[in-house]
Amino acid sequence: MRRAPIMRDIVIAVILVAVLAAIPYLTPSKAFQDFVIRCSSMALFAMSLNLLVGYTGLSSFGHGLFFGLGTYTFELLMQNTGLSLPVAALATLLFTCVTAIVVGAICIRLRLIYFAFVTLAMQMLAHSIIISWVSLTGGDQGLQGGIPRRFLFGLSLENQYNLYVFSGAVLAVGLLLMRHIVSTSFGTSLRMIRDNEARAAFLGISIWRVKLTVFVLSALFAAVGGMIMSLFVSGAYPELINWPISGDAIFAIVMGGVGSFLGPTVGTMILLLLNDLVTRQTEYYGLALGIIILVFALGLRRGLLDFITERLGGRPAGGIS
Amino acid sequence: MDLDALASCLATTSCVVTQTTSGLIVGMLLFLVAAGLTLIFGVLKIVNFAHGTFYMLGAYLAYTVYTATGSYTLGVLAGGAGMAVFGVLFERGLISRVYGANVLMQLLICYAVVLICDDLVKIIWGPDFYAMGMPPAFQVPPWFIGGGVVPPFYALLIAAALLIGGGLGLALGLTRTGKIIRAAAHNPDMVSALGINTTLLYSLVFAVGGMLAGLAGGLAAPVRSLTPGMGFSVLIESFIVTVIGGMGSIGGALIASIVLGLIRGFGTIGFPLFTDGLMYIAMIIILVAKPSGLFGKEIV
Repeated sequence: MRRAPIMRDIVIAVILVAVLAAIPYLTPSKAFQDFVIRCSSMALFAMSLNLLVGYTGLSSFGHGLFFGLGTYTFELLMQNTGLSLPVAALATLLFTCVTAIVVGAICIRLRLIYFAFVTLAMQMLAHSIIISWVSLTGGDQGLQGGIPRRFLFGLSLENQYNLYVFSGAVLAVGLLLMRHIVSTSFGTSLRMIRDNEARAAFLGISIWRVKLTVFVLSALFAAVGGMIMSLFVSGAYPELINWPISGDAIFAIVMGGVGSFLGPTVGTMILLLLNDLVTRQTEYYGLALGIIILVFALGLRRGLLDFITERLGGRPAGGIS
Repeated sequence: MDLDALASCLATTSCVVTQTTSGLIVGMLLFLVAAGLTLIFGVLKIVNFAHGTFYMLGAYLAYTVYTATGSYTLGVLAGGAGMAVFGVLFERGLISRVYGANVLMQLLICYAVVLICDDLVKIIWGPDFYAMGMPPAFQVPPWFIGGGVVPPFYALLIAAALLIGGGLGLALGLTRTGKIIRAAAHNPDMVSALGINTTLLYSLVFAVGGMLAGLAGGLAAPVRSLTPGMGFSVLIESFIVTVIGGMGSIGGALIASIVLGLIRGFGTIGFPLFTDGLMYIAMIIILVAKPSGLFGKEIV
């Protein structure tokens, strides 16, 4: 694959974040800022899952484990230690990294649907531990009581505008990093493993090492998404590590398109918009959402961005059919 | 964690009998659901994420027919028959359109059906819990076996599940259609090349799977509270069962269901908050030791 022009992407990202920072001066809508914060968190999470699903062909059903782990580890560190926010965030990433190595080493030996189920089992095991370890995690009440010392380089993230710009910037950096990852030779190895694992092995690629590396990388991005969510909801709750959170990410990448780099981001926007619009209109959220999914899935038979790319005559960058 | 309670339970026959019976009920009902799931996967290589919904709808159908006619047998049969029809409609209308597609696309379609059906149940039957209650014939004093309490209805449930499971085994093993289904699980291309109508076969498999889940829902209705969304926990548990037993293996599903039922039965005594965790640990250990499940075929 052609190496993506990194400078161009960086320029685009900087402009987008600047635009984002300017928008509240035009419209004071708090709902928009909320939307961007939630969207940044979920989009990072969905994009990280697509590193596994779309680029490596590893269908994980339990990626929410690392999202939830990010929220809980970060929240526990902030509440129970005196660490400053950036140090606590780094420590969270370190802990996520170690957990992902252990979980990944167990899971990636399994193939296809068994991989999917064992990752789900891992997530649900973590969920069970959190529910039953009441003294540490608050059980099904979650960790309430807010986050102390929410300062980053002198800026208070308790201020919604600051958190809003910060989330957007983190998403932009995350997207740039992931863009870089998939355009390196490592990214090429991922796609080769997805398309023909035996051939990749014959060419001397260490399948196990590549899969574990991408598993850990994607876990780290998911944990960053989790930390943003934790800052947004000022806590950590069992719902953030329960199975539907993985379901949301899968929904986002399938609806947005597994074959396009930005597909999962588009999918996340669709998901959150549907969420907000449909819940406002009807109490039968599931009925409406279900019908919309069916129309999408059976009508387009692929994600929205994949569909558009193909219509415009382009070839999807990644792509599993 | 309460290991003392578990130890003292294991020391008395009464507690062992009671917990084993309740574990067996969970296990046998789970087996009926999981048998359909694993059969569908074995033949079609489709993971039916909407299988818990079949169970839920079966239970609601059985409840409605039972309250209308007063006959529990009729209710259970209606649950089974209704879900057989629903299974065919589901396969023909939706799932057949995504054969060969990415598993996540299939997951999404099933998820949509789950969402829709949960809300339809809310619209038709209301969002509240329903308790069907024991049929009058079984509102009798329980048996006491070794000091343990065993309601006769529990014995009926276990017997009925065994009977249905045995019938399924015989049908698959001895009848011509059963042999074709097993052959299709082994090599669908060859079965199709031999001039057998696989489209019809796939619908039939979904009908059987739906029927089993519907029967399980109907059988379970008197001992479970009916609520929209009741299918989900059953779905997760029957996934654990199919994966532990080996996907596609009905015998494996039987053994895994019983093991899981007993884990639940005794887990509630020793680890009240962590019963689910125990199931996931069991699943992880077995998959790590044998990546294709206890009786699954090696996948390459």
